[in-house]
Amino acid sequence: MKLLECPINGIRPLSEFTYGGEYRDMPNPDTCSDKEWAAYVHYRNGAPGVKKEWWYHGPSGTWFIAERDTMADKVIRTYIAGQEEAK
Amino acid sequence: MPLGLLKYGLSKEHPAPRFFQDRTQPKKSYDAVIIGGGGHGLAAAYYLAKDYGITNVAVLEKGYIGGGNTGRNTTIVRSNYLTPEGVNFYDASVKMYEDLSEELDLNLFYSTRGHFTLAHTESAMRTMRWRAEVNKHVGVESRVVGPDEISQACPQLDIQCSGQAPILGALYHAPGSVARHDAVAWGYAKEADRLGVEIFQMTEVTGIDVKSGKVVGVNTNKGYIETNRVLSAVAGFTPRITDMVDIETPIVIHPLQACVSEPMKPWLDTILVSGSLHVYVSQSSRGELVMGSSLDPYEVHSTRSSLDFVEGLTSHIVDMFPFLSNVKVVRQWAGMADLTPDFAPVMGKTPVEGFYLDAGWGTWGFKATPISGKTMAETIARDVAPDLIQPFRLSRFEDYELTGEKGAASVGH
Repeated sequence: MKLLECPINGIRPLSEFTYGGEYRDMPNPDTCSDKEWAAYVHYRNGAPGVKKEWWYHGPSGTWFIAERDTMADKVIRTYIAGQEEAK
Repeated sequence: MPLGLLKYGLSKEHPAPRFFQDRTQPKKSYDAVIIGGGGHGLAAAYYLAKDYGITNVAVLEKGYIGGGNTGRNTTIVRSNYLTPEGVNFYDASVKMYEDLSEELDLNLFYSTRGHFTLAHTESAMRTMRWRAEVNKHVGVESRVVGPDEISQACPQLDIQCSGQAPILGALYHAPGSVARHDAVAWGYAKEADRLGVEIFQMTEVTGIDVKSGKVVGVNTNKGYIETNRVLSAVAGFTPRITDMVDIETPIVIHPLQACVSEPMKPWLDTILVSGSLHVYVSQSSRGELVMGSSLDPYEVHSTRSSLDFVEGLTSHIVDMFPFLSNVKVVRQWAGMADLTPDFAPVMGKTPVEGFYLDAGWGTWGFKATPISGKTMAETIARDVAPDLIQPFRLSRFEDYELTGEKGAASVGH
């Protein structure tokens, strides 16, 4: 993967982007147990597969979601968080 | 030995000696199964047999032994870490390495070179002082040195780094060494095999059978094996194995790349590391410069290497050694590093009875090979993790008792 498509700015070189880790749902800190919170803070899904990830386009300050196969390192699609259907 | 050589002189046949038996089909059951035939897995097998007399052990390797991160690191052995827990642990490993060629009856080319961690900023100097004081407190030979002493040890180094990042000082660690990494795997394999351990290459674990929270066997591409003790020592494949037993870990996989230059006459005696320039370099006994850099910036489960890496690394190498600008890079490769959030390993027991983990070795695994083998063997034999590896237990994450180890290679401070 040398190029990445920013949903706002189109295809740009990978060096303009920063990886933000896997997209994860945060448990409610008021209601979840200490164990659930520790798991949210520390544990990760480390196995390979198609993952939803946060990426950041530096020059334009755009955070977005990329669905990427972490084994083949191929991006399937990118979109702004919450605008998945529009794509 | 001379008579042995004479025998070869008189014979026309020169078969290469095998280090371990070439086995294909595992038995139906073993007292313990070790997944992963790298340095760590083979060392654990060896110490299980030697220290505890447990020899009915199978080591299952899906490729060839030492073909994973054991054969992909930059072979540096040192103990100048930041936390007392880390320094104690790696110091025990360095001491074992010093006698390991003798113990395994194989020349590991273990060569003590002295190790300089260069500091280019005041904040890096502060970390070097911190590490030096922790090291001294624990009894490890490390001290902060100035540019003059660095120049004396390595006159070829441009102390100004081409004006880009002048060197202010360094953490000098006298016991820092390099060793031949493949030989470490072969040596442990040879001795484990001699003691009765069975090593199977091209044997992949496809599932782990757990009943009522206890391990009862493993599925492999060569059939089912009954066992109630399984050690996972698979580095970058760890999340795939822990998924088989439904254990959550913080481990994520990023590639770590390295390369070697064409061979040269010996000129670099010491090991040089720069956190700011993301470089570590030493000269191998073959004359090649062995060079590594920082982790790739995002998760990938493959060992592909990239031009970006060589471009970035070599530009920093040329900052340090301008005269190398015409030297060629001849090989580059990557390993899959299994990283933890606190840069310390994950070792010992897990919530599944009989399933032991030796993982989270990120960028710091090779130097820990002997001590991790020894302590994991004790954990498997006694079902109790020794004190030395308690700070690295998996449950530390749930207890919020992390071991913040920023002395790891390629970690910026």
